[in-house]
Amino acid sequence: MDRAEIDTRIRSIIEPFNKAQTAIAEDTTFAGDLEFDSLTVMDFVAAIEDEFDIIISMNQQAEIETYGQLVDAVTRLKDRT
Amino acid sequence: MTRTGLAPDQPVVREGDGPDLFSKFDPLIAMRENLLSEGQEDPFNLVMERVLSPTRAICNGRETILLGTYNYMGMTFDPEVIQAGEQALRDYGTGTTGSRVLNGTYTPHKDCENALREFYDMSGAMVFSTGYQANLGIISTIAGKGDYVILDIDSHASIWDGCKMGDAEVVPFKHNDVDALEKRLRRVPEGAGKLVVLEGVYSMLGDVAPLKEMVAIAKRHGAMVLVDEAHSMGFIGEHGRGVAEAQGVLEQVDFVIGTFSKSVGTVGGFCVSNHPKFEILRLVCRPYTFTASLPPSVMATAATSIRKLMRGSDRRAHLWENSRRLHAGLRELGFSLGTDEAQSAIIAVVMPDLERGAQMWGALLEEGLYVNLARPPATPANMTLLRCSLCAEHSEEDVQTILDMFAQAGRKTGII
Repeated sequence: MDRAEIDTRIRSIIEPFNKAQTAIAEDTTFAGDLEFDSLTVMDFVAAIEDEFDIIISMNQQAEIETYGQLVDAVTRLKDRT
Repeated sequence: MTRTGLAPDQPVVREGDGPDLFSKFDPLIAMRENLLSEGQEDPFNLVMERVLSPTRAICNGRETILLGTYNYMGMTFDPEVIQAGEQALRDYGTGTTGSRVLNGTYTPHKDCENALREFYDMSGAMVFSTGYQANLGIISTIAGKGDYVILDIDSHASIWDGCKMGDAEVVPFKHNDVDALEKRLRRVPEGAGKLVVLEGVYSMLGDVAPLKEMVAIAKRHGAMVLVDEAHSMGFIGEHGRGVAEAQGVLEQVDFVIGTFSKSVGTVGGFCVSNHPKFEILRLVCRPYTFTASLPPSVMATAATSIRKLMRGSDRRAHLWENSRRLHAGLRELGFSLGTDEAQSAIIAVVMPDLERGAQMWGALLEEGLYVNLARPPATPANMTLLRCSLCAEHSEEDVQTILDMFAQAGRKTGII
């Protein structure tokens, strides 16, 4: 699965969580721009994990601040499996 | 002001609310000021002026029924327990002034660990200075770099802090969700060490974990299992060993974590295990090694209390009856509760928001009832809770009095 395909799939997963319909770019932040609180983050991460059958540990989540970083992280994790 | 560098240091003068390291607490300070501005008594600053019994204290000069102490089995004023503590205080002095691995292990420490072995029928027992340190120490020590800790998202702060202190990968799953646990276990990379961390009773809502299913799944995936039974020891299970015993899976649990500050009625924490190499943890577990051991009097009271809890089945039955009675009564009054039925001795009453929760808390205190006010981030789903925990020493009449107080305060604050 290449980065573009992962990007497309994450965009569709993010839809129901993006309550304010904020435009999403590579540098869009989850905490700031999308205003995700900790409960939203948990549900969103679980949805991503289920979609790609991966684990994004809390340690890895701490390094992910922007949308682009998430796509990169998922791409890396998918490469490993 | 000279610039020669010879002038004495001047203290930094801050104008107004100049930013410093404390600025990050400003939202919390503002929230508290707002809450207390209307004459509301501070729910996090109550003083027990005198304590009359496990269920009664004087607060603000008024006799108050205690319904938020976790003193489940009412052991704090047990004459035999007090006597054991007094004797140890005379025989061994006030404190050990030392680590368990240096000069801080006295006969009462060994005896307390023996009492735990008897209580749980397990080969290994290790006493920590608090329950918090037991979780902190065991989790951070056994799950190392490259290992995975898989834990319930509603885990206690001590479990989260144990994860933070260790080097393992931390993977939370949705509260009490068996499928979510299984999915995460399945995805852990081949060959990585796995520790599943669960609680018997979750203290915020008083709900019980499906340990039977979860422990079976963890074992199928080759994970070690740690269960925190802080809120179930002495009360749940045939021998009071906790939810894992009640659900028939205690033999498959690798580590049970517990505390002396609830049913046992004093302070301290512990881990019990049948692992053949358990003893090595005393040398590698930093929150065990690098702190002073508990005073011998505390160990003597804990050991006496634990052995008495082994014979506590009548009191357990009474506590269950009262928990169910309180749950049913509160529901009948129209309160919204954390669980559909009483699953433990914790009954959580869900408040509409923090402001009204604090008002209700104050109104109950005026009636002469103390409960815990629990608020985010300690609570799941941003809930404000009035958490009631029953004691075996509460009588049936006490429960009726408590219900009347809830009715009064609930109407006064418009919650029911």
